[in-house]
Amino acid sequence: MSLACRSWLVAAAVMPLVAGTADARELRVCADPDNMPFSHESGEGFENKVMALVGREMGAEVKFVWAPQWRGFVRKTLRARTCDVIPGIPTGIDRARTTRPYYMSSYAFVTRRDGVPIRSFSDLKKDMAIGVQLIGDDGVNSPPVEELAARGYTSELKGYMAWGRVPDNGAPLEQIMMAVADGTVDVAVVWGPPAGYFATREAVPLDVHPVDGNEKTVVPMTFAIGMGVRRDDEDLAKELDAALVKLAPEIRTLLDSYGLPQPVRKSRAELAP
Amino acid sequence: MLRIPCIVSIGAGFAAVFAYAAAAQEATTPPVDPPAGAAAQPLSVKPLPGPAADATATTVKPRAPAFADAGPEWVTPGKNPAHTRYSALNQINADNVGNMRAVSTFSTGLSAGHEAAPVVVGSTLYFVTPYPNVVYALDLNQPGFPMKWKFEPTVVAAAQGMACCDIVNRGVVFDNGRIFFNTLDGQTYALNAETGEEIWRRQLADIKQGETMTMAPFVAKDKVIVGNSGGEMGVRGWAQALDVATGETAWKAYSTGPDEEVLIGAEYEPFYDQEKGKDLGVTTWPADMWKTGGGTVWGWISHDPELNLIYYGTSNPGPWNSTVRPGANKYTAGIFARDVDTGQARWFYQMSPHDVSDYDGVNENILVDIEWNGEERKVLAHPDRNGHFYVIDRETGEVLSAKPFHAVNSSHGVDLETGALIYNTDKRPETGKKVTDICPAPPGAKDWQPSAFSHDTGLFYIPHNNLCMDLVETEVGYIAGTPYVGADVWMKPGPGGHRGEFSAWDMAAGAEVWTINERFPVWSGTLATAGNLVFYGTMEGWFRAVNATTGEELWRFRTGSGIIGQPTTWQGPDGKQYVSVLSGVGGWAGAIVSGNIDARDGTAALGFVNAMKDLPDYTTAGGALYVFGLP
Repeated sequence: MSLACRSWLVAAAVMPLVAGTADARELRVCADPDNMPFSHESGEGFENKVMALVGREMGAEVKFVWAPQWRGFVRKTLRARTCDVIPGIPTGIDRARTTRPYYMSSYAFVTRRDGVPIRSFSDLKKDMAIGVQLIGDDGVNSPPVEELAARGYTSELKGYMAWGRVPDNGAPLEQIMMAVADGTVDVAVVWGPPAGYFATREAVPLDVHPVDGNEKTVVPMTFAIGMGVRRDDEDLAKELDAALVKLAPEIRTLLDSYGLPQPVRKSRAELAP
Repeated sequence: MLRIPCIVSIGAGFAAVFAYAAAAQEATTPPVDPPAGAAAQPLSVKPLPGPAADATATTVKPRAPAFADAGPEWVTPGKNPAHTRYSALNQINADNVGNMRAVSTFSTGLSAGHEAAPVVVGSTLYFVTPYPNVVYALDLNQPGFPMKWKFEPTVVAAAQGMACCDIVNRGVVFDNGRIFFNTLDGQTYALNAETGEEIWRRQLADIKQGETMTMAPFVAKDKVIVGNSGGEMGVRGWAQALDVATGETAWKAYSTGPDEEVLIGAEYEPFYDQEKGKDLGVTTWPADMWKTGGGTVWGWISHDPELNLIYYGTSNPGPWNSTVRPGANKYTAGIFARDVDTGQARWFYQMSPHDVSDYDGVNENILVDIEWNGEERKVLAHPDRNGHFYVIDRETGEVLSAKPFHAVNSSHGVDLETGALIYNTDKRPETGKKVTDICPAPPGAKDWQPSAFSHDTGLFYIPHNNLCMDLVETEVGYIAGTPYVGADVWMKPGPGGHRGEFSAWDMAAGAEVWTINERFPVWSGTLATAGNLVFYGTMEGWFRAVNATTGEELWRFRTGSGIIGQPTTWQGPDGKQYVSVLSGVGGWAGAIVSGNIDARDGTAALGFVNAMKDLPDYTTAGGALYVFGLP
């Protein structure tokens, strides 16, 4: 089968994505309109920009379908067929077919530059106020909460919402970073992308130290992130995979510009195409 | 009401009780409804032999208190302040119910779960729909009961994303020419019952903080009492009393925090030592965690006008993972008795201290009187999510009895000396561990669905679940750009393989008299009448009338959708008795139909979908009111 013919078949397979005129192919992206640094309706999130690159590569017009990334997000977007790809989701998640990962990151310790630097869970002290996210929201805890609870930290924890609440100022995921900056907490353990992005945007400079990959923890602190499509959307997944391989250097540069912290002691080779 | 990232173990030897191979088989049996007219029976009716039956003959029957009105109207979801859901109407009775037929239906055009009770005052029937919480008034003077008026409140659509377990509403209440109801986005409305015009409204809950309102308001004296929902969302629970005429707040009592804000003062005299002490709403939590500690008030409120006390339960504590909140987590998962006028607490009793299993304490408190061991007692009866049927002295908060009405292995019962629930501590919650066959599952042995008490038989009629759960291996999840690894809950049928039961309960004996097994959880309310009948609905859509004494099914009708509403009965302006119920499957249990959830994701609806995979084979969504009567 010729390459041209094959491409045509792939395009035909993704025809449900095509809306409107015959030549304008549309790639519908499921994204949160207010979830910096990931996505934003203004287009300033890194997922907005990654998808623009992917759309260009696939010859598709990218259309964002906005929905808050709260309870039932996958069900209400991808599975309801209002959109076709979630730009960032952990690989191996059960609820979607995921592409190859296009970045990896870790939870990270965030401290004020003038404060006590924290580089591992064993650096924490019982007299510290420790900021964490997703503490019990929707029945789950972020991995740092599990680790800290296992180490006997409870009263020291201060919980910040990652979803479901609209803050008066700042971005939803920024609340915990603002708390480090203004001294409400001594340290926070935050997922890498928001930690790296907001660290340079708060009132005082903040340091970000990813959890050491060799530190033994009860649950993993490092996750690989790919794109998610419906489980039966094999063709789209393959097409996205091909685009991500080709775009890897550009995406790397883009993510660096958002301050994405790299996992510590994890080989960069895991990310290589 | 949430799934469980923490892990509870099963008791030694308990697993032997289960027959899960049979259970699995039952759950996957292709749906075959018996043809109409054939023995369309529930899975089985089980007259219980042995101690239960013997006990009924020898024990003293509880009695309805004088304020438990059984008159021909139905003004509040619980029927009367004692919440007995019993009517003295007997035109429709065990002899003639077989002739009962539908006389009117009314579609709501909505597909979410319909949990509300139709309320009837004079010649008007009132009910409220799930979100967007439209209130309908139907004219019972006209043939076919046409619409008299409807009221469409302004409800913020974003509230739908905040509701944990479908966008339900549990009903309106009538008082002195006014209709009161709550909206999902946290408002309480007062309407003119005659015209449907708004009299006042209050914005009480803040959806930005994760708060919603789903409960039916309750009127006691000159106050309408309401509470919030959202224990999953880092909400701090409260109840407040509003002036019926103006909506002004008379008092507001939080469920966590310092005594001053919980309204605990000089009048507070709990029965048990563990409920005594200063600021337990603060000191039984790690620092500041009480501020997001749950204890919401989304269930039922009862009222004893002679004692001038109201009774209500509080929800499970938050955050969900119990390991980060060591302590008893007062005043969650328990029952408050409060002074109606001031809101001051009289007593509190915590059914599930430091709850790890989503055992909210919000179920109904039915007020009855009984001669207990030769002594006259005013008690409240409370079938709890943790699987025990509590009999509590409503003057003092003393637990007289707490017998399991469902398979329970998450605890070993209640120590009546200390009032303490004896948890099964063989294994404590551990992250990343697989545990199977924990009973009851998070919706509890029984969730919100209210029981009835027959003033005649002296029995309680309990609609409930038969669900257990596995905490399966951890997997990756993702919320708002935050990855995590969590244990997923898979709910499944309990012992016997059926998922629901409808039981007649002898309070004094602490035992079932008879029970009807149902394929799905019995998520509807219950109605008892002087016609020796009890009514309830199934999630498949059957509306059943059974003999209150024997449990024998006497009549059934297949409504358009599964039933999770509260049946009521009343006398129409024509002098005839009618029975009404809302059909329209949904709620937490029915989310697989009303929310059109993919059955392949067994962990959806907080793990409930796994146990309800076949519900879409039996019913479809769609709300409608049904009214039944004799020809």
